[in-house]
This record gives sequence, structure tokens and C-alpha cells, in this order.
Amino acid sequence: MKVLSIDTSNYPLGVALLEGDKVIGEYITNVKKNHSVRVMPAIEMLMKDCDVKPADLDKIVVAKGPGSYTGVRIGVTIAKTLAWTLNIPLAGVSSLEIFAASAGRYFDGVVSPLFDARRGQIYTGLYRYKEGQLVTLVKDQLLLSKDWADQLSEQNENVLFIGNDLPLHQDIFEETLKDQAVYAAPTEHNPRPAELALLGRDREGEEVHSFVPNYIRLAEAEANWIEANKEKKL
Amino acid sequence: MGEFMNKKDQWIMGIETSCDETAVAIIKNGREMAANVVASQIESHKRFGGVVPEIASRHHVEQITIVLEEALNQAGITYSDLSAIAVTEGPGLVGALLIGVNAAKAIAFAHGIPLVGVHHIAGHIYANRLVAEMKFPLLSLVVSGGHTELVYMEEHGHFEVIGETRDDAAGEAYDKVARTLSLPYPGGPHIDRLAHEGEPSINLPRAWLEEGSYDFSFSGLKSAVINTVHNAEQRGEKIVPEDLAASFQQSVIDVLVTKTGRAMDEYKVKQLLLAGGVAANKGLRAALEDKFANNPGIELIIPPLSLCTDNAAMIAAAGSILFEKGIHSGLDLNANPGLDIAIHNDK
Ligand SMILES: [Zn+2]
Repeated sequence: MKVLSIDTSNYPLGVALLEGDKVIGEYITNVKKNHSVRVMPAIEMLMKDCDVKPADLDKIVVAKGPGSYTGVRIGVTIAKTLAWTLNIPLAGVSSLEIFAASAGRYFDGVVSPLFDARRGQIYTGLYRYKEGQLVTLVKDQLLLSKDWADQLSEQNENVLFIGNDLPLHQDIFEETLKDQAVYAAPTEHNPRPAELALLGRDREGEEVHSFVPNYIRLAEAEANWIEANKEKKL
Repeated sequence: MGEFMNKKDQWIMGIETSCDETAVAIIKNGREMAANVVASQIESHKRFGGVVPEIASRHHVEQITIVLEEALNQAGITYSDLSAIAVTEGPGLVGALLIGVNAAKAIAFAHGIPLVGVHHIAGHIYANRLVAEMKFPLLSLVVSGGHTELVYMEEHGHFEVIGETRDDAAGEAYDKVARTLSLPYPGGPHIDRLAHEGEPSINLPRAWLEEGSYDFSFSGLKSAVINTVHNAEQRGEKIVPEDLAASFQQSVIDVLVTKTGRAMDEYKVKQLLLAGGVAANKGLRAALEDKFANNPGIELIIPPLSLCTDNAAMIAAAGSILFEKGIHSGLDLNANPGLDIAIHNDK
């Protein structure tokens, strides 16, 4: 079974190939460059280097958000079009869960991967390994890192924070959580596309046509419109 | 033998997502429409009074594979039949363009099919080739929500913009005037309808610009309409919306038709092609037919409505010619919201 995984949900661009239990190829960059220009050539290069042809693929796994709206859409569009056109299953995995899968594997406690969402907010969820399986304790959400730190301080476990945007919020976590907070090493801050492939490999395929990113947030205009129409009804 | 003959047919898939239509089409031998599927988002954007880019992008992701599948089913062909995939690379809304571009690249890669990036306006012009064969040199009047241009073509795949708007596109002016008259979005068709019920009795300006210029300007006209409504309100007078619509439309058409006619004479063209969404405007169609349909030696082509508004058949039709000229794009093809039509000329 050959699995191709794609993650363009933030600045890191990741592509990996899994053959059975073996990671046969993985490509990661973490630069502020255009995903739309680079992701297809990255897939082409990796597959060529690994001697895998598009028709050899058995499954596509994609990071479905949260993240940059445009970034997630690029990955999801390529993934769903590939899955549809090659007639193979598609699995979507949380962009945050990917971090937890790698760094959390050997950590005794809970894992909070995060992306900065501006104005003091973060996208985050809460994960932990139980008997070798990664489980979601709190679904991905958008909230103030201050509020998140307060919530986490009410439980007794150590928390591992991961993500390239960590420096923007680390002071808040340090202040509230003190020794309870653990910070991942820089090598863990880019989500591993191979972990993404592994997470998605055994998941049931999703309906390709209706597959969409998990934006978490409504489009601003939509949210405003709903708000305005709520007032009208009152 | 039959097999062999079929192999020589050229099949081009076109993908267009530059604004609020998710569209896929398949064209055989450059001119035969085998499939033409358009999923419009207009109902979703109506409540905002215009296209919201983020929402357009989201809808494109929801629709893209559904529309692709329907087009393939309509044409009754498979990937191995496709000669190339043509996709709008710009101009347009960048987030919206990205969906089409990346879907096109995924299919091209998956099946080893050549990819051709197409300029949206080149597409609008080539919609005409689905109606009649092009005869060069020709002139195309492109009028849409985002564009007002006169494009001169000496040969296939070579585009020279001899005039363009310096401010608002004609379609934009229509939408703004419609808003001033409290007409629903999109306003163009409503103005067109009202104009037919009214008389062009209100004096409005026509922007001719400097002598010999083929450029356009509609912002002054738009302001004049807004001022007319405003002044009437202040004086407590009632403006007849039908008459205002008729006067506005007459001013737009006068400028478009006069400049087009002058360019046709100067460039000695064999054809005049109408292109773009505003080509659906009945007043403009009638004026062009009235002025140019009986010109000896000059053929006037006006595509049916469904080919004037955004669609992918036009992208495939333009892609067919570019592909024949040997123009291919790489998998690093990007969406370019400010793409210049001249990119097609240098290759
Ligand atoms: Zn258009």
C-alpha cells in the first residue's frame, strides 16, 4: 500500500510517501514561499526519486486545517483532485494532530500543538497517546492563548507545546503554567508529513466531492451577515 | 483505421475559476463543444451585494471535482483521450484562481497530460471561435464586470490591446448605477431591462478622452448618474428610473460603438468579435448589429449568452490554439491576478 501525504496548511510545506509501514520519502521546507508554485513540483520530484508513479498510489492523505485559508485550500484541492482522478481513497487529518503524533509519542502528559491566529489567539487542540493510540482530548479550536493557559492550568498533567509560532505565546504559558509546561525542540516544530501519512493510512476514506478544509472560522463576510440577520429577526 | 482517425482528434479540457463560476468544459478540435459545465455561486454572493473573494474560494473547493466529473461524463471521454488541460491562470481573484490552477496541475500530473495556462480575456475572445471560424486581422470588443478593452489580433494566439479602461470597467459602472437606483445585484441586466422601457432623455457625459485614443473611462459617467439622482432628491423631484437607465446605457453604448467603429476602420479588420459578460446586454448587441451587421466585408460575431459570461469552453478554445502553437506550462504554474494578455505573444 502506497500513501502520498500533503501538508500546506502553514508555512511548512510537507510531502511524504509511505509504503506499508515504511517511510520511503519525505520532503519538508519551512520558508515563506508560494505553496501553489512549489507543491506539485515537490510531489513530482519526491515520487520520481522514490520510483513511484501516480497510478501506483493507493491513498492520498491531506492536512485539512486549521491553518492559513489559502494554504489549506491548495493542499486540499490537489489532494481531492488527485484522489478523484486516480479513483483512490482520500483521508483528511487535522493539521494540529500531525504535531502531536510525532512529539507526543514519547511524552508523559498531554500535547497542545498550536498555530498563531493573530490578536493573541491561537488554533490549538489537546491530544495524548493512550496505549499506543493518539486520542483527541479537546477538538481543534480558536481561542486566546491566555484563556487556553488558564484552562490547562486547571488540570494536573504536564503539557507539551509544539509549533513554529510558539515563541509568540510562550511567555503566557510560562507565566500561567510554570513547570507544568514543556516546550518541544526546534526539530519538532515542523509537522512531519510522514506522520500525516501514517495517521491517515488506516482511516476510512472520505467522500471526495464534499471534502472541504476545516477552517474553524466562518468567512468574515459570512459571520457578519449572520450577525446582521440575527438582529433583524429580533 | 477508425481507431487511428480518432487518435488524431484534439481534445482539450478547460478549467475556469477566476471569479464566482466553477467551470469545466471539453472541446474537440478547437471548435466543437463536447461538454460545458458551469456551477454558479451567484445565489450565495447576492446577499453580500457582490462577490466576496474568501467565500468564492470556499465554494470552488466544494464544487471542483463535481464539475470535473460532470464534464467528463458529458463528453463521454477518458483522460487518455485528452491532448491538454487548459486553465485560467489570471487575471481574477487570486484565491479563486488557485483552485482551478491546482486542480488542473493535479490532473495533468496524475495522467501525464500537458498543461496550458490561459489568460482569461484570451478565453473570452476565443468563445467566438465556438460560433464561427476567426478571420484575421480581427478586432474584439471585450466588455465585462472587470474589463473594457479593444483587442486587435493579427493571427491566432497574438493579442494586442489597443484600448482599455482607465478607471472603471463598463460592467462595474453598470453595477454601481444599479446600486444607486436600488436595483438588486448583479445590476447589469436590470439596467438593460429598464433602459428598454425608458427614453434617453437625461443629458449625461460621454468620455471621448484625447483625440485618437481607444481608451475608455466610465467613472465620470457613473458620478454624473449619482449626482443626477442626488440633485433630484434634494429638489424633491422624481427621477424616472427607466429614463435614467436608458440615458446611462445610451452613453456607454455611444462610446463603445463609436470607438470600435473607428478602430475597425483604422485597422482594416475582417471581423468584429464581441466578448465578455456585458455582451449579454441587449442594448449593446442591438447597437452593434445596427451599426456593423451590414458592413460589407466585415463580419460581426456575437456569441450566445452562455458563452459570453464566464465559462470554461472559452478557456479550452483558447487553450486549443496555444497548445497547437507549442505553448506548455510547467507544474510550477501559478495563479496570477494581474496577468498581462501579452504573455501569450512572446512565446
Ligand atoms: Zn470574464
